[in-house]
Amino acid sequence: MTVDFSTLVAIIAMAAVTVLTRLSGLVLMWHVSLEGSRRKAIESIPPAVLMAVVAPTAFATGIAETIACALTAIAALRLPMLFSVALGVFCVALLRAAGI
Amino acid sequence: MRAISPLIAAVIPIGLVFGAVAVTKGLSPVETALMSALVFAGGSQFVAMDIWTHPASWTSVGFAALLVNIRHVLMSASLGTKMQAFGGRRRYFACLFLADEIWAMAEFRAGLARLTPAWFAGLAAPFYLAWVLSGLAGATLGAFLGDPVALGLDFAFPAVFIVLVMGFWKGPETGAVLIASGAAAVATQHFVPGVWYVAAGAVAGLLAAVASGSRRVEVTQ
Repeated sequence: MTVDFSTLVAIIAMAAVTVLTRLSGLVLMWHVSLEGSRRKAIESIPPAVLMAVVAPTAFATGIAETIACALTAIAALRLPMLFSVALGVFCVALLRAAGI
Repeated sequence: MRAISPLIAAVIPIGLVFGAVAVTKGLSPVETALMSALVFAGGSQFVAMDIWTHPASWTSVGFAALLVNIRHVLMSASLGTKMQAFGGRRRYFACLFLADEIWAMAEFRAGLARLTPAWFAGLAAPFYLAWVLSGLAGATLGAFLGDPVALGLDFAFPAVFIVLVMGFWKGPETGAVLIASGAAAVATQHFVPGVWYVAAGAVAGLLAAVASGSRRVEVTQ
């Protein structure tokens, strides 16, 4: 139950940059007006970022992960988040158990 | 409460996995909970665990967190325009809790009703507590949870992001953004070590959106 000094510094560094990113958007909006095409570009950022985060898992990790990602995406069209996520986890566990 | 319950149920297994992974990397339960409480950004915390060293390198995990979390700049910029009911200071305080899931729910809510500080607090507080406590529980019980990879629990986090991606679908333009982002991320991850792939994918997706937007303007003119 100890806190290592270098670990603490690393955690504080992570927290500091995270706080910076979360607040700088608000500060930015004091100076930038979001109209027309600029607004559209900003709106495309969430799917672009989320896709960038999951793409290596979805396309470059293994067949089990690729199939489970596809299944989760299809399930998300109809089912609530919790069920889609549970289905994806169940699917990946099953495929890994089968040695795929 | 109805809005938050599925999010809580999804975040608890992810928190447990984070805690379990963190102890395998040599973090103590206190350090794990401290990271969840102070950073409160699952994506960057998992990436940090991926590249964790002993002793910890604050420059590499700090820079990785910046790359992974740079999206929050745009998330807070977007949500900030929908927070008229928040006083100046409250707006900044609320944005400290902008995890992806909270942000996505708040954006969705803003489309239906006026976003109020009370509603936001009812969303963020239980989610925050669930994240910190499940991380602590995962770190404490880690050995008893079994192999998270065999149980598929490591997949809960990408699965949540996939569901969120599907929620942002607004037509073929979104398709172009997703293809550009996905292709750039996979290619970058293959050739460049580290977490540059997140930034590369995000920029590629943004460029695709700008390109498809300007093409449509040309057609209408």
